[in-house]
Amino acid sequence: MRVRVLTFAGIREIVGEPSRTLALPEGATAADAWNALAGEFPALAAIAGSTRLARNGAFIDGSAALREGDELAVLPPFGGG
Amino acid sequence: MSADSLAGRRELRRYSRHLLIPEVGLAGQEKLSRARVLVVGAGGLGTPVLQYLAAAGVGRIGIMDDDVVDETNLQRQVIYATSDIGRPKVVAATERVAALNPHVGVDPIPRRLDVSNARALVRLYDVVVDATDSFGARYLINDACYFESRPHVYGSIFRFDGQVSVFQRGGPCYRCLFPEPPPEGTVPTCAEGGVLGVLAGIVGTWQANEALKLILGIGASLAGRLLVIDALDARSREFVVASDPDCPLHGTHPTILDVSDVVPRPQAPLGVPELEAANFEAFLEEHPEAIVLDVREPHEAVLGAPPHARAIPASILESHMHELDSAQTYVVACRVGARSRWAVQRLHDAGFRRLYHLRGGLLEYAALQERFEAF
Repeated sequence: MRVRVLTFAGIREIVGEPSRTLALPEGATAADAWNALAGEFPALAAIAGSTRLARNGAFIDGSAALREGDELAVLPPFGGG
Repeated sequence: MSADSLAGRRELRRYSRHLLIPEVGLAGQEKLSRARVLVVGAGGLGTPVLQYLAAAGVGRIGIMDDDVVDETNLQRQVIYATSDIGRPKVVAATERVAALNPHVGVDPIPRRLDVSNARALVRLYDVVVDATDSFGARYLINDACYFESRPHVYGSIFRFDGQVSVFQRGGPCYRCLFPEPPPEGTVPTCAEGGVLGVLAGIVGTWQANEALKLILGIGASLAGRLLVIDALDARSREFVVASDPDCPLHGTHPTILDVSDVVPRPQAPLGVPELEAANFEAFLEEHPEAIVLDVREPHEAVLGAPPHARAIPASILESHMHELDSAQTYVVACRVGARSRWAVQRLHDAGFRRLYHLRGGLLEYAALQERFEAF
């Protein structure tokens, strides 16, 4: 299945584009999608624990299953003010 | 007409454009004049918040900041003038608020929010605005507001990206969104990564709007939603934030029972020796064979280059690693030491052994040389 990953802030800078399509096996979870992305961009590893994932506009746990066509947003925290 | 009312105090004309909106009106304007708001941080986010809260006639505003105005603030902290450089922010901000609206009472608080003062301070106000620039302060505000049952308006910014939300008891809190702070040094601050000046105005103005709506009790607040603003592509998105049943603050089994210092986890130790900025030049003199591997991006180099440098931006390091000699001595450096940390680890993993890491980055080195304009 294919899901569209939306990147933000520091993650967008590492990935280099605002969205990216990932091809994942059926039954893949949000964590699987993150691991696929982090496999491609090793610099993401340092912020893995503090990044939140949102599926189709709602925050979810890594264990949540994805479906064809889902939009998965990866949001890092940032503290600037 | 009581002497204490807005009409009695002859302030009606000032607020006439508010009085014309049915959702505000005289009753709403009276609510604003009786409201107390604490703005924590008088920087990029805090200054637009202060400006609009003061103009709107919020009765009492606490301005909390222990910093002085720096020249690098003026690109976005719009209430300060060039002549304010070096003055305490709370003093300059108080003057600006008084000039804008003499009917607003100001509590200048030239201190940092900490465990000893957070709850007592938050308790004195109806609404708290988180306009800080550190994760520690954000978690402290969140927890203090939860324990004192005060809503707080969250905002944060980085480069072109902004986040805004409202957290209040009964709904999700900042910890439901981000359970713990990122490890030290993994997320750059505005001082490290930069920020578009106008983005601070956009996000701060959203925060002011949410604070005013909470006071007025009108509209739908951002409680339960995170607004994410992308000023580069002119897009905004919102995400539903749910209360986390495992939230350590208000979940089913809370483990946080009072405010405490939230200290980001230190990063895993680096398997490479680290140099302090103070010893950097002496090291280079003792090791003339050493090359400084500058992993900043090309646009940053205009700010100055270190001595004996070879530039390979971190973003292309993987594909250019073969150009480097694994027998060579390298001191890996970036602006503040976060990207270089990653880069030096990658080189170590790739078999490089004569590696050093410049902790604190070129920025710290420049500051020691009093080259504040550099890097």
